[in-house]
Amino acid sequence: MNRQRLSSWWFAGTLLFALLSMLVPLPAVLEPFKPYWPALVLLYWTLESEDRVSLGLAFLLGLGADLFDGVLLGEQALRLCALVFIVLRFRSRLRFFPMWQQALAVLALLLNDRILLLMVRLLSGATMPPASWWIAPFVGAALWPFLFLLLDDLRMRLRLQ
Amino acid sequence: MARPRDESSPLFAGNAAGTLRLIVYLALALVLMVLDHRNGWLWRVRYAASMVVEPVYRLANLPSAGMRTLSVAFADRKLLTEQNQRLREDLLLANARLNRMAGVAEQNQHLKELLDTQRSLNINVQLARVVGVDLGAYQQRLVLNLGTRDGVKQGQPVIDAHGVMGQVVEVLPKTSVVMLVTDPAHAIPVVVERSGLRTVAYGARDGSGLVLPNIPLAADVQPGDKLLTSGLGGRFPPGFPVGKVVAVAPGVSGMFRVAEVQPAADIDRSEDVLLLHDQAEPEGPPAPLIPAGPPAALAPAQAAAAGNTPAAASTGAVRTTLPRATANLPAATSAATPAAAGSAR
Repeated sequence: MNRQRLSSWWFAGTLLFALLSMLVPLPAVLEPFKPYWPALVLLYWTLESEDRVSLGLAFLLGLGADLFDGVLLGEQALRLCALVFIVLRFRSRLRFFPMWQQALAVLALLLNDRILLLMVRLLSGATMPPASWWIAPFVGAALWPFLFLLLDDLRMRLRLQ
Repeated sequence: MARPRDESSPLFAGNAAGTLRLIVYLALALVLMVLDHRNGWLWRVRYAASMVVEPVYRLANLPSAGMRTLSVAFADRKLLTEQNQRLREDLLLANARLNRMAGVAEQNQHLKELLDTQRSLNINVQLARVVGVDLGAYQQRLVLNLGTRDGVKQGQPVIDAHGVMGQVVEVLPKTSVVMLVTDPAHAIPVVVERSGLRTVAYGARDGSGLVLPNIPLAADVQPGDKLLTSGLGGRFPPGFPVGKVVAVAPGVSGMFRVAEVQPAADIDRSEDVLLLHDQAEPEGPPAPLIPAGPPAALAPAQAAAAGNTPAAASTGAVRTTLPRATANLPAATSAATPAAAGSAR
């Protein structure tokens, strides 16, 4: 009972931490390399404990991120919903991929996410972003194995579900 | 050990219910986006949620604030001494200049009094600190640590030691968001210092600086020209440096020339900025001071004659006080702001 509560706190805590790291600024040089943390953490939880993650949760997390980010209400909600939907659909396969294939799949997902974002931005009247805008998904995919192993290891150590 | 296959995790095919839910959520997100884009609701929601949003901003600021503290703590003693020396020299120079300017300013004030204009050279400012929060990639925005409670209002110009940085676009109770002059959605009326040409500077599309997209072919603009705020439009007071022209080239259409401008302010590096409290005088005809209708002295009598209703009497009272209130407004704001600015200085 207590352990279950702890594990749901851990779940919520990682998601909140992802939102926070989205807001933490990096030095200007590293700025284009910043991965989309909420998507990565949400991806992990979708793969590892699918009964906790639903489209509704992705939508709410996205709304929360929009609230902090202040760009356009619903933008990240849309992106995260699309992401979680795809992952839920291919979850059974993604889970048994070797790590490098999983990272490639994550790259595809993040690129898809950027394309969605680009569509939203262009429709709302923003301009075409520079080429460095496309680096972030690659950084995210490169970090994926480490993030996955770290979160998995922490979960094992804390003996959480 | 085989996991029982349930409806929610199909191996290959998805179920229709999931797709339906996705469509519903996507439609909801789209509706939200359109409504927000049209009406700018997000900021009202954010204002309501500021109890949550602001502590998170403070939290997100911690790493960059920590880095700053660390860099001070571990800074080389020699470096600090050098910096101190340089600042002293700068201060000395600035003071010397100020002393020379004081005479000119006094003379200017005197002449302006003779000309009966109200503009003055002293500025009312409030010091604000930049909160280190990343508002998304390629957003030309800053978060400041002052908000409604400190008297910050939407539209206030923000400057640093070198020039105009931008203007306040959104205010939360304890933080505010500044749109920088380099934002593509930002425009600022400027005047070329050397030739007096008036034009409008927009944020560059790639966010690197500013552009003057429509300079007439015959106009005199050269690289190296300094741009000042012209004060037209009533948002920015006149005479603050905006930037320096870096390059001038023919536009795509061939009808105009386009100039690239480097902002004068340290857009990337400023940690402390100044919020200007003197809003520029609004352009246009002055507000009518005398209300239409019967003279104020007659209003209570008329009201009494009309049937002695308290409502009529009160409208008469409102009428008489209204013009006085509007006339006092600039004086009241200018009297209120030095108190706030004084504490910041």
